[in-house]
Amino acid sequence: MNKKFNTVGKSVRKIDSLSLAKGNALFTDDFQLKDALHISILYSPHAHAEILSIDTTDALAIPGVIRIFHHENVPRVLHTTAGQGFPEPSAYDTAMFDKTMRFVGDRVAAVAAETKEAANAAVKAIKVEYRELPPLFDPETAMDKDAPQLHGEDAKMPIPVKYDASRNLAAEVEIKFGDLDKGFQEADFILEDTFHTQYAAHCAIEPHTSAAYLDERGRLVIITATQVPFHVRRIVSRVLDIPIRDIRVIKPRIGGGFGGKQEVFLEQLVGLSTWSTGRPSRIYLTRPEVFVSSRTRHPMRVTLKTGVKNDGEITALEMDALMNNGAYGSHALTVLSNGGSKVLPLFNKIKNIRFIGHTVYTNLPVGGAYRGYGASQTYFALNQHIDMVARKTGQDLISFVKKWHIKVGETSPVFQALGEGKEGVAQIIKSCGLDECLDKGAAAIGWYEKRGKRIKSAPGKVRGVGLSVSMQGSGIPKIDMGSASMKMNEDGSFNLYIGATDLGTGSDTILAQIAAETLDIPVENIIVLSSDTDLTPFDVGAYASSTTYISGAAVKKCAAKVREQILGVAAKMLNAKPDELKVNESVVTHAESGKSLTYADICTYAMYSNDQFQIQASASNIAPESPPPFIAQFAEVEVDLRTGKIRVLKFVSAVDCGQPINPALAEGQVEGAVVNGLSYALTEDYLFDSKGRMTNPRFWDFKIFTTKDLPEMETILVNSYEETGPYGAKSVGEIAINGPIPAIANAFFDATGVRLYETPYTPERVWKRLKEENRLEN
Amino acid sequence: MKTKLTVNNKPVSVQFSPTDRLLDVLRNNGFSEVKEGCRDGECGACVVLLNGKLVNSCQVLAASAMDATVTTVKGLEKDKAAPIQEAFVDAGAVQCGFCTPGMVLATYALLQENPAPDTRQIQQALDGNLCRCTGYVKIIEAVQLAAERTNSHE
Repeated sequence: MNKKFNTVGKSVRKIDSLSLAKGNALFTDDFQLKDALHISILYSPHAHAEILSIDTTDALAIPGVIRIFHHENVPRVLHTTAGQGFPEPSAYDTAMFDKTMRFVGDRVAAVAAETKEAANAAVKAIKVEYRELPPLFDPETAMDKDAPQLHGEDAKMPIPVKYDASRNLAAEVEIKFGDLDKGFQEADFILEDTFHTQYAAHCAIEPHTSAAYLDERGRLVIITATQVPFHVRRIVSRVLDIPIRDIRVIKPRIGGGFGGKQEVFLEQLVGLSTWSTGRPSRIYLTRPEVFVSSRTRHPMRVTLKTGVKNDGEITALEMDALMNNGAYGSHALTVLSNGGSKVLPLFNKIKNIRFIGHTVYTNLPVGGAYRGYGASQTYFALNQHIDMVARKTGQDLISFVKKWHIKVGETSPVFQALGEGKEGVAQIIKSCGLDECLDKGAAAIGWYEKRGKRIKSAPGKVRGVGLSVSMQGSGIPKIDMGSASMKMNEDGSFNLYIGATDLGTGSDTILAQIAAETLDIPVENIIVLSSDTDLTPFDVGAYASSTTYISGAAVKKCAAKVREQILGVAAKMLNAKPDELKVNESVVTHAESGKSLTYADICTYAMYSNDQFQIQASASNIAPESPPPFIAQFAEVEVDLRTGKIRVLKFVSAVDCGQPINPALAEGQVEGAVVNGLSYALTEDYLFDSKGRMTNPRFWDFKIFTTKDLPEMETILVNSYEETGPYGAKSVGEIAINGPIPAIANAFFDATGVRLYETPYTPERVWKRLKEENRLEN
Repeated sequence: MKTKLTVNNKPVSVQFSPTDRLLDVLRNNGFSEVKEGCRDGECGACVVLLNGKLVNSCQVLAASAMDATVTTVKGLEKDKAAPIQEAFVDAGAVQCGFCTPGMVLATYALLQENPAPDTRQIQQALDGNLCRCTGYVKIIEAVQLAAERTNSHE
């Protein structure tokens, strides 16, 4: 689709990037708050324990210590820290401070003090007596009759879905179509395998941080590193019993989120400190605190059973997922659902399907939203089975995927059956560039030259190539809402106010591009203000790959209204009809009279001359559907058959994200997600000791990728246009993290003939697999 | 302890305790462009030039920097820093931007030593600066672009 655009489709400069590169842009902790109190937290050293007593006498005697908060002096308001819409589809099972400790890293108390040193000293001086309880670490036994129970009867789901704290069941999902037994009977062979993925951390380089102060009218202002400012306001209001009208939440620049900052767990703490003392307060987590006490990617066990005919037709597919949510139920239902809803529709011709999932509590760190959101975990299983099916039936994998994947004009019953914790929304695919993704990606990796060749590159080293395909969504249909307002200034510039949250993705820039395109002006003429609950209209925030598609459409509607007003004024000024006018680069022309006016002329007239008014508008947007982006990702690996080390030589991602509003930013989303996914696949892991303590809460020991670990990377944006999206756009923020785990596993098989069932693929784990299959070399 | 530091060519009177790190002293005195990502010397968000050498300021005791000159991203020589910053912007290498001041400093230090680094050398030089947003691809392109632009001007 070669649509003509002025600004859309151009890699304009990210509007905040120069100020960031110069070090001028302000992040939460960069705001100077005079005489702010520092908050430090005392964490539980036990995975499961009851607090028998807390003695703060010595701690309070430390000079500079102002207040110590704990379960005896803070009301117990059960809530969820998941920053989701209302009512949240996550259990209300969390109190700011509780008597029961449910993981090593659970919150015992918080100290507010004049200095960080005093706060830290006080944390050490608090005396706590615990009664240890039997811990629950294994999700497989969490629902057993004799398993320790983590939550009491008062923990509840705010929406009517299955939840049973007495069985440690945080969520359950089941959908079925067709006749599974019949489907398996029709199969010529059945594959059944179990796959495990691990705990992982977001590793935004800026730690979680929040600050608060009272403004001159006594309102609570919270500056915070969040993806969800409006949900923060709502949750803080409820937990602290402060009216929404008395709370203002501001998101300044934030140093990455990836889902981790969709959690609301520090804002109520700084809010409590400031509201109760009247003093500004701030908290800045240390890196170990971020690893242990913030949120993680849920580990999952996925058992996949696939019935196949000899010609490759899949007659039945049953996916059974067990998700470990750790101590609290954040995103327990929706991440689990997403593991089905964003994954199963991709191969929509399978008639007999069952997806059954359980999410359970354990005494381990808490799961939460993380880029990919469950789909990354289950695509691991699905993509390996697809690879197996193609191999066992003697077909080229690419041709196989092309034959069976969902196409334009098609649907899947899964769309309607499975949504955001409840029923979903039926939709028909209107754009799908997956075939082009497959062709271009295959060419870039050299698929047909390398596949199945097991090239020996050096003694003990062998190479292979693998593929992963996936889809995601673009926002949550009929739930996510974004809005925008705009006003015009007399130099022809426009203020754009958006609730949408730019967490570094560049959404401020692409929303400005959408407005600039609609108004036919350079993007520099849009002044963006985003994410301030006092000044900007509501937006659910940055999650579920929603901002471009949902908020972008709100901006487009809003700018169209503004344009209409501009033409109305111009028509009056030119004695013409609005539909006789043409706009070109901020100039309105009346062809018949040959007269023209600049936007500046028009706004100045509207403000000062006659029937004065402010040219301004607002608009909201929800979407009736969630068009999926598609991606084909290819890995070429080299396996050391002596050590089990996998090296990724090249990684290619070919993505259909509709019309990219800003190609460089879209590529950046893909590249960032891929490298995050590569280290998720190969190195990142939470290591626990026998007491449930994480033993490696540091970047190097957890091991995220650095520049030196990079393979050759190639990103291809294929030609696509989604008619329901703003200027043809779909989402691109999450999808690319799905590919590395399965693509590397499939490439590893191509090289060695051995399947990997567990992540991360560390040398020791891979070595063991090679040994089991007698593929080790000396 | 009270002393004077030279930060970005200006004397700054600072007060600190003997265990304070240079990172804390800088941030407490308004140099908020120096970021804290880990306090472990692992992420590079807090790098500064200490007597012209790239260091993690979280790994330097403030007391040991008393007679040294400290340069943050805001104190770099403009004609050398600007092309790097512009290259980061043009290459799309800035996403959240939290690591960017450190990346710019690391690039500055690299180009001082090696005006025309190859990809391998860039990867080596930036290995101590973590970024979770970009996947480093455009950061490496930005360093190449900065080097090209700087060299074509000389």
